[in-house]
This record gives sequence, C-alpha cells and structure tokens, in this order.
Amino acid sequence: MPYILQGGLVSLLIVAGAMMLGLAMGIPMAVGQVYGSPFLRRLIGLYVWFFRGVPILVLMFLFYFGVFELLGLNLSAISATALVLGMTSAAYQSQIFRGSIQALPAGQLKAARAMGMSDSQAIRAVILPQALRLSLPGWSNEYSIILKDSALAYVVGAMDIFTRTHFVASRTYEHLPLFIAAGALYFVITLTGVKLLAALEKKVRIPGYTT
Amino acid sequence: MTAAKSPILRVENVCKQLGGKEILKSVTLSVNKGELKVLIGPSGAGKSTLLQCINYLIPPDSGDVYLENRKVELHRKAELYELRQQVGMIFQDFNLFDHLTAADNVSIALRKVKGMSRKDAAARAMQELERVGLVERASLYPAELSGGQKQRVAIARALAMDPKVILLDEPTSALDPELVGEVLTVIRDLARGGMTMIMATHQMDFAQALAHEILFMQDGAIIEQGTPAELLAEGANTRTQDFCSRLSNLCEELC
Repeated sequence: MPYILQGGLVSLLIVAGAMMLGLAMGIPMAVGQVYGSPFLRRLIGLYVWFFRGVPILVLMFLFYFGVFELLGLNLSAISATALVLGMTSAAYQSQIFRGSIQALPAGQLKAARAMGMSDSQAIRAVILPQALRLSLPGWSNEYSIILKDSALAYVVGAMDIFTRTHFVASRTYEHLPLFIAAGALYFVITLTGVKLLAALEKKVRIPGYTT
Repeated sequence: MTAAKSPILRVENVCKQLGGKEILKSVTLSVNKGELKVLIGPSGAGKSTLLQCINYLIPPDSGDVYLENRKVELHRKAELYELRQQVGMIFQDFNLFDHLTAADNVSIALRKVKGMSRKDAAARAMQELERVGLVERASLYPAELSGGQKQRVAIARALAMDPKVILLDEPTSALDPELVGEVLTVIRDLARGGMTMIMATHQMDFAQALAHEILFMQDGAIIEQGTPAELLAEGANTRTQDFCSRLSNLCEELC
C-alpha cells in the first residue's frame, strides 16, 4: 500500500506540471485569440483544434516515441507525461480563459484605454484579474479531468498510481481490492483539489459582485 | 471664468462610418480652457461616437485632433496614450473596474500609467475621493456602491490623472432620478473650478445654467451652436429650442 501511495505523489507531480504548463500557455493563448492579429488567432485556433481533436493516448505515443525522440529529447516518463498532458490542457484552458475574457463587459477595456493604459497594461491590470476569477470553476473542472487522464502515464511507464497498482495486481492477482483502493485514492485527490479550488474561489470573490 | 483665447482641444473634420452608415459627417469643434460645452440632440445623432472619436476609443475614418494647438499623431501609440492621459472620459455606465475598491479604481492608472508609487497613488486617490465626497466609501467595491456613487468615483478616477479636458458621455443617463443631483453637483463644481469639459447630456436645465456653448447634433453633424441664451431664448426659433420644448412637453405629458 505505501508503494501505491508513493504513486500518488508521482500522479500529483504530473498533474501539477501539466496544470502549470497549461496555465502558462493557456493564458497568453486566450489573450492572443481575443486581441491578437487574424494570423495569430488562426494559429492558436489550429493548435486548439489539433490538441482537442486527437485522443490523448495517441498524443502520448506520438510525442513520447515520435516527436521527443526525433528532437533528441531524453525526457523521463514523468516529465514526458506532464508535457503532453500540459500541451493538451493548454488547448482546453485557453478556451476557459477566452470565454471568461469575452464575458467581461466591453467597457472595462474601454475605461482602461481611456486613462492612457496600453493594451498590455489594461489586460494585465484590468482584464486578467477579472477573467481569471471567472475561470476558476472551469479550471477546477480541468483539474479533475487531468488528474484522471494522468493514468495514461502507464503507457510510457511512469510509476504513477495506476502503473503501480497494475504492477502489484499482476503479481498478487488481487485486482478487486487494489483497484478499489486506487480508485479511492484518485477520488480523494480529486475531492481535495476541487475543495481547495472552491475555497480559493470564495476567497477571491469580489464583494457585492454577482454574475 | 475667463476663457483663454486659444483652444485647448480642437477636433477637425472627423468622419466615421459604421456598418455603411455615416455616423459622423465631418464634425469640427473646439473648446477653450475653462469652457463647458454641452452636446445635445436626439439619440443616434452621433454624440457618443464623437466623444469617443476624440480620444480614439473609436478610431475615426478621417479627421484630426489638436491638443493645445499641436496635432496629435493618433497612429503613434505613445502620442495616443499621452492624449488619453490628458483627456479624461466619463462614461454613461461608469465602467469602474469591478475587481478594485473605489480607492484602487482611482489609483491604478496613477501607478500603471504615471508610474507613481503605491503610497503616493493611494494618497492622491483619497484626495480625489474627498473632492467627490466619497472618502468614507474608499474601501468599497463598485458592486457595493449606488449608481451616483459609482459615477462620482469615475469622476475622481478621471480627475486623478490631471486631465486638461474631460469628456462626459451622458454621465447621468443611467442613474435613478434621485441620484442625478449628486453627480451634477460634482460636475457643476468642476465647471466653476475652471475644468474644461465637453459633455453630452439630456439635462437641459443644467446645460442652460452652466454651458458656455450648446452644440446641437443631429444625423452626425452639429447643426446649431451658440450660447444657451442665443439658442434657447423665447422665440429663437432654433432646432435646439424645438427639441428642448418637445423634451419638456413630453415630461409634462407623462408626469
């Protein structure tokens, strides 16, 4: 059992890496898609279309055995999984953020511009602080999806919850209790994360503001 | 209230088409230091578009803007941002930043645009909030303020930038009738203090009492302009007077 619990740390590491990469890429992508040139918008649109359109399992093989190999990148199974999940999550996260940015009243940007802010100042000081708050419910959803997708680490041999469980189960033949335990572990991690994000949502809520 | 001779802001031949419709047909106007000019006219006349063309929130198709007799090269970002700092804007629906307190709404541009320290900006913000009578509301968020208070915060926010001119786009139109007075009082005090302003409004009594000049707009053009006395005199037989008497007749019929 401690052996499988250690896999929890690996899964968490993958999820944290993927969420952060998805966040770091998703925000600029969303901004680019709303305010960028037609070319940039098209480019981001293609990225999103690709990563949303191809199954993650296919992406895992494509990148781990194909692209990373081709580029001569010698990545650990854990980083490779985090990277592929992160790139996929960026596509989804960018659309969460884009929706939030577009949900803001147009007057917010107008007022910021009217005071002499450049667009990038306005986006950082006015648009994103509001859009990111609106994005939290969607982001919490994305977290639970990535956590479950992280089980795909199995196919590249990263020692996460699922890989370890499968490993023990194939030796001991105690599939039912072991996979119930693994499922419960995923469930606990999901629930904890979602609760934490809900608490964050409550903490950053703007007083008096309801939308 | 002596106005200097040379115009502080001048707009020449501004044209704007939107969706194939001519919104502004070569509009020219200028305002001298310390003057209050009031734009009136029916909805859709182009008042709001004109005001937003002045600081390029809506880029005009053609036309020039001169600030203190210097032509502003609006396609150059640095000059455009400079113009916007010097020409404040008050919107009909306030457009306060919803995620910031009243004080931060006033101070944010001081920090981001003028590079003031957090402390100096906060002190200046309190000073401006005091001017509009809202010091005790400084730590509240826009959603916790009444419409009139929001608009007064918006005015404080504009004033904090030390603008040379303030454009007001129907600042009281979104307010409940009982809140109009507190906002007009602030604007009146600004006018008396010598602030240069161009204001679109339907508040005719206010315009008549305080405007140096009334500009009557219709179908994208200024079709009449003059002092309130000239345009609104008994039997002046102007479009402005006609419009105003129709406004007040309507009021009497309804009330």
